[in-house]
Amino acid sequence: MLNKEVKGKLEKIVGQENLLDSQQDLIVYSYDATPDYQALPDAVIKPRHKEDVAEIVKVCNEYKVPIVPRGSATNLCAGTTPLEGGLVMLFNYMKDIIEIDEENLTVTVQPGVITLDMIKAVEEKGLFYPPDPSSMKISTIGGNINECSGGLRGLKYGVTRDYVIGIEFVMPDGSIVKTGGKLAKDVAGYDLTRLMVGSEGTLGIITEATLKLIPVPETKKTMLALYDSLEAAGNTVSKIISNRIIPATLEFLDQPTIQVVEDFANIGLPTEAGAILLIEQDGPEEVVERDIQRMAEICEETNALSVQIAQSPEEGEALTSARRSALSALARLKPTTILEDATVPRSKISEMVKAIEEIADKYNVKICTFGHAGDGNLHPTCMTDARNRDEMQRVEQAFEDIFAKAIDMGGTITGEHGVGVMKSPYLSWKVGEAGVEAMRAIKEAFDPNNIMNPGKVFAKDARKRVVVQR
Amino acid sequence: MSVEESKRKTQIVQDFQSKMDYDELLNCMRCGFCLPSCPTYIETGGNEAASPRGRIALMKAVVDGKMEPDKDFEDQLSLCLGCRACEPACPSGVKYGHLLEEARDILQAKKKHSLPVKFVRRFFFDQVFPHQNRMRTLNSLMWFYQKSGVQKLARATNMTRIAGKNMSTMEKVLPAIPSPSKMKNRPERIEAESAVKKKVAFFSGCLMDTMFMETNDATLYLLKKANCEVVIPQTQNCCGALHAHSGEKDTAKELAKKNIEAFEEGDFDYIISNAGGCGALLVEYDYLLKDEPEWKERAKAFSDKVMDITEILYDAGLPDMELDPQIVTYQDSCHLRNVMRTAAAPRKLLQSIKGVTYMEMKEADQCCGSAGTYNIIEQEMSMQILDHKMANVEKTEAATIVTANPGCLLQMKAGVEREGKRDSMRAVHIVDLLAEAVKYGEKSLQKA
Repeated sequence: MLNKEVKGKLEKIVGQENLLDSQQDLIVYSYDATPDYQALPDAVIKPRHKEDVAEIVKVCNEYKVPIVPRGSATNLCAGTTPLEGGLVMLFNYMKDIIEIDEENLTVTVQPGVITLDMIKAVEEKGLFYPPDPSSMKISTIGGNINECSGGLRGLKYGVTRDYVIGIEFVMPDGSIVKTGGKLAKDVAGYDLTRLMVGSEGTLGIITEATLKLIPVPETKKTMLALYDSLEAAGNTVSKIISNRIIPATLEFLDQPTIQVVEDFANIGLPTEAGAILLIEQDGPEEVVERDIQRMAEICEETNALSVQIAQSPEEGEALTSARRSALSALARLKPTTILEDATVPRSKISEMVKAIEEIADKYNVKICTFGHAGDGNLHPTCMTDARNRDEMQRVEQAFEDIFAKAIDMGGTITGEHGVGVMKSPYLSWKVGEAGVEAMRAIKEAFDPNNIMNPGKVFAKDARKRVVVQR
Repeated sequence: MSVEESKRKTQIVQDFQSKMDYDELLNCMRCGFCLPSCPTYIETGGNEAASPRGRIALMKAVVDGKMEPDKDFEDQLSLCLGCRACEPACPSGVKYGHLLEEARDILQAKKKHSLPVKFVRRFFFDQVFPHQNRMRTLNSLMWFYQKSGVQKLARATNMTRIAGKNMSTMEKVLPAIPSPSKMKNRPERIEAESAVKKKVAFFSGCLMDTMFMETNDATLYLLKKANCEVVIPQTQNCCGALHAHSGEKDTAKELAKKNIEAFEEGDFDYIISNAGGCGALLVEYDYLLKDEPEWKERAKAFSDKVMDITEILYDAGLPDMELDPQIVTYQDSCHLRNVMRTAAAPRKLLQSIKGVTYMEMKEADQCCGSAGTYNIIEQEMSMQILDHKMANVEKTEAATIVTANPGCLLQMKAGVEREGKRDSMRAVHIVDLLAEAVKYGEKSLQKA
């Protein structure tokens, strides 16, 4: 519970109707999409504009009340779970698309705008915002920036950070900072824009952002290739890239995932197949045609069992259904679904998937892997039951081994979900003790009172790295 | 809190713990994919508590003993339309509708209604809907009201306003009730027009066979034209959907059993429904009776045969249809779309009518706000949703709004009335429009 004085001050800023603390409100803002994490905030607050945000932050800084900025709470790292209580801040009132600038090819938005709504609005003007996290129908741009969300188009187009060129944010002391702008070039001082992208709400509160847009690709074509082993699919991926082709989408499913998808969706996938690649290319028609033909040849050369090229957009949709239903199919198997995002250099994908299979066997847990073959971002997904504490412990050990293995291969513990609480014990494995200290120093410089989303990124007790030998 | 009140809450918590399906609550992985599909989440400007993910979290918190089932909680469950649009959007396949019904059933059983409300509930749920003869009597009274001049008088003297603006609009849009003698003499069997393509049984429904009798007649006419042989079991009764959605599960179960018995005899492959709201409960009789071993199999055999009228008509084929040139749009019945998963057949049928320009409206798959008894219980939200819906209808410039369920039909008629568009826009049941188009098509053929 907030003390009376703080409550009074906050109500004075936003009005009674925008400070919620009923039992019901606290429950529904106590979680995000991360399994097994939940904690009640002390109150929920809805600022109407950036001035409200600045005033709220000042009060919180004075009384040391934690603030957790929250978009739609679809993140998978417990990033918006208010583990230390305090205020959950909502952006329901701050969801305007402020400007689509067709001369500078930028869009300026408030943090609460839904990603897909913004994508649709710019597409109406023939413009394209490529990052497409699978939650984009409901995720907010503010959330995407704070987590640096990825998506299916990462290989060719990059991720959220590659499109954020200007940010306005409120510092923990209430001052308002503007970084970047509608500029392709800008080296005035430290790159605070990039620092804020992926900062998980631990440095300040984003109140506005300017995003870079590109022209909408003219056409798109889809193909699907089947393999008897993941190694063969991996060879295709390597050969496509070494032939200097960068496809818009290059996704894979492993054998256990294919089995589960077919059981669920009955779309006629050969369950004995060792791997599936879904490949898309977009751009001018003649380039798309040439690349698709060449990639089909490469698939044949690298021993694909079959290659299907969609002849129409509808056929293309049908081919993507296996990949699109992967999460649904897996999520139905068991009550708890843990979706991870360990990432390796793309040349190591088949080796990594094999290692994941061995680790799953070792700990006797069920893990299926699918993901972005083009950029090495894997989604090992574990189906379990949070009530089975013994199994949950084995799941955790298995993921520890997976993270360790990914790092051994030159990869990372998280490609696009963020550190949050979920992966904070492993952060030093990736960036080293000195790296964590450098980050902590930045955090302390920005937020000496530790009110901005406390408990995230930095672990209270970091996990010792045990090198697993097999 | 009074001792009595706290006892009531303890009892509710115990019932939640013993009756709610905890596996299903856990199946929600809180991904949030349901949020954009939820009308109340959208209309409240993104209130998590008014979303499926939020409501599931609240139910789970009650089971876990982390939350008291207070007034906010009951209000929030009441505010849910029960449209189940969240179910097709859910990657985990959570059966939200079942959770909601179970929770409402528990709350209802422990609810203290005021005497008049109690009387009205008992009167309609126990004494009227389950008895087809009483449905006829009640409708006969309404027929008398419409035909005798009382209606005219009531409207002229503004008497209908006493019941509130909403009810007064509803009173205006009720169809012309058939005469008592017509309601009594219902057919038992219809032969196919020529060679039999399908053998079906018709589920006639309580409201559909009285107030909406003309729609049932049109249904039988179309089945005949599609060369279906139809039997209409006489011992059937109300489907029980309104009961199930209002926390009167026991009565719903009794009604289900009677219907299962009524449809066990006879030579047919499908049980045809022409109301999405009824059909959706009929296909879930096996779930409704899941805890009664002696009924489970029989219920499954029944549910497996249930099909919407539009599916069978699309499948069996109708003669060439035609209408005067007009723009037509279709409003999904939530339960037809989200539970029976019928969405393409009605659209394809409408598009096949000569003269019709079909315009899909924005968010046709979102609830119109009728939702069974919702437009009476949650008037404000219902009308907010309806106004939003009518704005989307108007953008299509449609002259005809087609629906596939009586509740939606009345709501859309009320929408036309609220917008003052009675002269340029009409709302019809899909079956009535198709029958009109078949008859028109036949006439055109004769002329040619």
